[in-house]
Amino acid sequence: MARAIARFAPLRARLVALAERKLPALTRLRRPEPLPITLDRRRIYVVPTGYGVVFALLTAVMLTGALNYGNNPALLLTCLLGGACFVSVFVGFRGLSGLRLGQVRAGEAHAGSDVAVELVFPPGRRDRLALRAVAEPAETAFAAERGREAVAVLSLPARVRGWLRPGRVRIVTTFPLGMFVIWSWVHPDVAVLIYPRPESDAPPLPHGGERDGAQRVGEAEDDPAGLRDYRDHDPPRRIAWRASVRHERLLAREHERQSGLALVLDYDALHGLGHEDRISRLTAWVLQASAGREAFVLVLPGQSFGPAIGAGHRADCLRALALLPTA
Amino acid sequence: MSASMPSAQGRPDTRQFDLLCLSVAVALAPHLERLPLWLGPPLIVLVALRAWLRRRAAFAVSSWLRVPLAGLLLLLVIVEYGNVFGRAPGAALACGLLALKLLETESIRDARVVVGFSAFVLMSALLFNQALTTTILLCAALTVPLAALVVLQPTVARHRRPLTTAFRVGGTLVLAGLPAALAAFVLIPRLSAPLWGSPGWDEQARIGLNDSMQPGSMTDLLVDDTPAMRVYFDGGPPAPAQQYFRAIVLWDFDGATWTRGDTRAYLRPEPVEDARLIHDYRVVIEPTRRHWVPALDVPLEAPDQTRLGSDHTIASFAPIAQPREFALRSATRYRLATELTSAERTRALAYPAAFNPRTIALAEQWRREGLDETAIVRTALALFNAGFTYTLTPPLLGRHSIDEFLFETRAGYCEHFSSAFVFLMRASGIPARVVTGYQGGWWNPIGDYLLVRHSDAHAWAEVWQTGRGWVRVDPTAAVSPQRVEQGASAANRGGDWFGSGFLRDLRNQFDSVNRLWTTAVIQFNALRQSQLLGRFGIRDLTSEHLLALLTGAIVVLLIVATVWAVRGTRGPRRGDRLDAAWERLRRRLARRGVPVSPQQGPLDFAAAFQQRSGQADAAFDALVARYIALRYGAAEPTAEQVRAFGRDVRKFRVPSTVQ
Repeated sequence: MARAIARFAPLRARLVALAERKLPALTRLRRPEPLPITLDRRRIYVVPTGYGVVFALLTAVMLTGALNYGNNPALLLTCLLGGACFVSVFVGFRGLSGLRLGQVRAGEAHAGSDVAVELVFPPGRRDRLALRAVAEPAETAFAAERGREAVAVLSLPARVRGWLRPGRVRIVTTFPLGMFVIWSWVHPDVAVLIYPRPESDAPPLPHGGERDGAQRVGEAEDDPAGLRDYRDHDPPRRIAWRASVRHERLLAREHERQSGLALVLDYDALHGLGHEDRISRLTAWVLQASAGREAFVLVLPGQSFGPAIGAGHRADCLRALALLPTA
Repeated sequence: MSASMPSAQGRPDTRQFDLLCLSVAVALAPHLERLPLWLGPPLIVLVALRAWLRRRAAFAVSSWLRVPLAGLLLLLVIVEYGNVFGRAPGAALACGLLALKLLETESIRDARVVVGFSAFVLMSALLFNQALTTTILLCAALTVPLAALVVLQPTVARHRRPLTTAFRVGGTLVLAGLPAALAAFVLIPRLSAPLWGSPGWDEQARIGLNDSMQPGSMTDLLVDDTPAMRVYFDGGPPAPAQQYFRAIVLWDFDGATWTRGDTRAYLRPEPVEDARLIHDYRVVIEPTRRHWVPALDVPLEAPDQTRLGSDHTIASFAPIAQPREFALRSATRYRLATELTSAERTRALAYPAAFNPRTIALAEQWRREGLDETAIVRTALALFNAGFTYTLTPPLLGRHSIDEFLFETRAGYCEHFSSAFVFLMRASGIPARVVTGYQGGWWNPIGDYLLVRHSDAHAWAEVWQTGRGWVRVDPTAAVSPQRVEQGASAANRGGDWFGSGFLRDLRNQFDSVNRLWTTAVIQFNALRQSQLLGRFGIRDLTSEHLLALLTGAIVVLLIVATVWAVRGTRGPRRGDRLDAAWERLRRRLARRGVPVSPQQGPLDFAAAFQQRSGQADAAFDALVARYIALRYGAAEPTAEQVRAFGRDVRKFRVPSTVQ
């Protein structure tokens, strides 16, 4: 039976898509909405599961048996079982009702790999067990305990660089008995940044001036633009002594003096590669240089970053690379 | 739901599987006492073994083992019960299949199926035992399968205290389901006739009095303390020594066993004369799956659905499969059959001459001594009185059972005494017969009824005397008067190892609760249902009415539950009436193209409006100013002001400039 369902899955998906396009009111298609999103009774839906239907049939059999034998204690037990299942809908509903999606954040991810999108639910007043977040094809189970922040991590495939919108996420639970599926759609108006795919087996960093895309830059010590007045707490090694003598006051270098020469990673210097390939190689080089704690300059069409070093610089560069227009 | 598939196909972890095994074990436990020995203990071992091995490694037992086991089970059930239909073989089969299903269960989905099945097996135990305590225990045991379902939910097993959580949720569900269950229980239309089979009429062992008697056959009955019936007397109960409830009259003796013999309808009903001390009373009989209706000596007429036998015993047309109530009328002073037909006299004097030669010789000796009827009876009773002891554990008897009893063992209980006495009488030429039934009982002052237990089963004798007809003689009373005066429990106290009076009293008090259970729950049939609802003014009840009532009750519960479910979480923010009116205005203008946004204040909105319309609008500006004054002014706006603002918003005509 599972196989039969699987065969009809694409058809079902197309039908659902059609229904949502034509009948947005009926299918409760939700537009992206700003965070935080609180689930309330107007957006929570309940349907029995297959197991619930089978269990209902079983209860009906038990009921018929008890009635046939005129056996009231058996009937009472059957009614109690039915009553417990009846109440389970509401227990499940309470698990979803009032749940608040406070924040969506994502870890670093490059195109071609999976991005871990974290749905953050701030601490609530109830235990909500056995919740699942589903964003096809990703799915994750999580629990939100009373007074604690809950995080559901969805591992979404990141195919291309740039902004990835996680889209609609179904928050679903079959708690407590698995007889009813209770769900709600959330469509947070957020996007996560996917960095470009780094070239695998990229050539080594272009330290030599003779290599494509890289040139040594002389230290611009006396460049007045890089100097400012000395302030207290500036380390002595930042003092530009020669310039200080010339100007007769203490001057400090704006940027820490880099070890000799900065590395320049230049988009335009990469000849013979396509647009995306250049981005891939530059990404790989940015990662390499950062891993080796080397200062570098990234030069892209119309913009340039650095020379600098550190996580912030790396993030700026990767972000710029990710958001370069597609050719 | 396609999305639920991945988790449903995962494997249960150890904790989930343990709870699953517990759920199966709890379902099997109430069946153990009835299951044959080849099935019950092996099933428990199988479940325990599976749980233990599964803790080491996840594996499914190969179908090469399971299928033959299932076949073997089916075969053995057929051999044991003759078929697979009916309650007993059905339940045995269900128990076996449940344990076998556990062997192959290696996915969450299968585990859920097992839980559902175990709930079914749990319920089927009540088809055999409807006692109050059993029902309460089994209803409480529902918590276990429900907890198993909870722990099968994702993340629950990883919770800090998964078992506590699962059982708490399961128990809560059972308790919270109680109102719905009770409503359904009271309102579900009962069947007037069974859909299939004849309830209670299967091969299940019958309990209560047997229609034949041989010394020793009643032993099981006499130690059975379960209630046999309850008797409600319209005017006080008769004296304990008069509380003889006759059920069966045994005429024929083949040397070993007393049987009823010919009971056909052509036998004339024995006439009752001079009936005095008439009692009107009701008996509520626990199910025995037999026909007898024990009635106070002697019943005068048969109630509906029963037949009065020629020897004044009452038999129900249908076996008593459910607790049944009968209204009866009896006399305790009477003369029964003052004239015997020759056929009756022949039957009442017959005895096999090949057995018990010493007894026959004793009787002949009495006759030779010229003793009359009364003297023979008195002599026989004196004989019993002299050197006989009353015991529930008499020595075994051989071929000449009455000889051995009278001259050697001299110990026994009512069966031995009545059997030997009647034999002696017949051998002496006095017509006599054995009567079995119940004698005495425990008077429950709380419920005002006489509780008769199976242990009150008794056998006595009737001898026919000229002019007086059949006269009851109880030889047991000659040996153990307190058996008749105070009941079976007093007579048996010697062999009662646990029996402190305190415990017995407690149990007797508890019978009031049991009685309530029997009348309120077990006997709750279509008739009682309409009586109950009649009290609330609902008469001429049909199934449709009941279903309508049931639907109504469910709707009420649905509303209560919904209120509970949404409590504590607010719906979408609606704001107060003032904001609602303001929002209406904003929405109306938004439809005409005035840009609105959530962070827009009233002045921003006014500016946006003016920009769109290109000119100031006095009415609109007045509305904005009023909103600002009401919303942000120092004084709290009055309800009247807010209503007036709402009215004016409704009256406001959007100027043509923003069309």
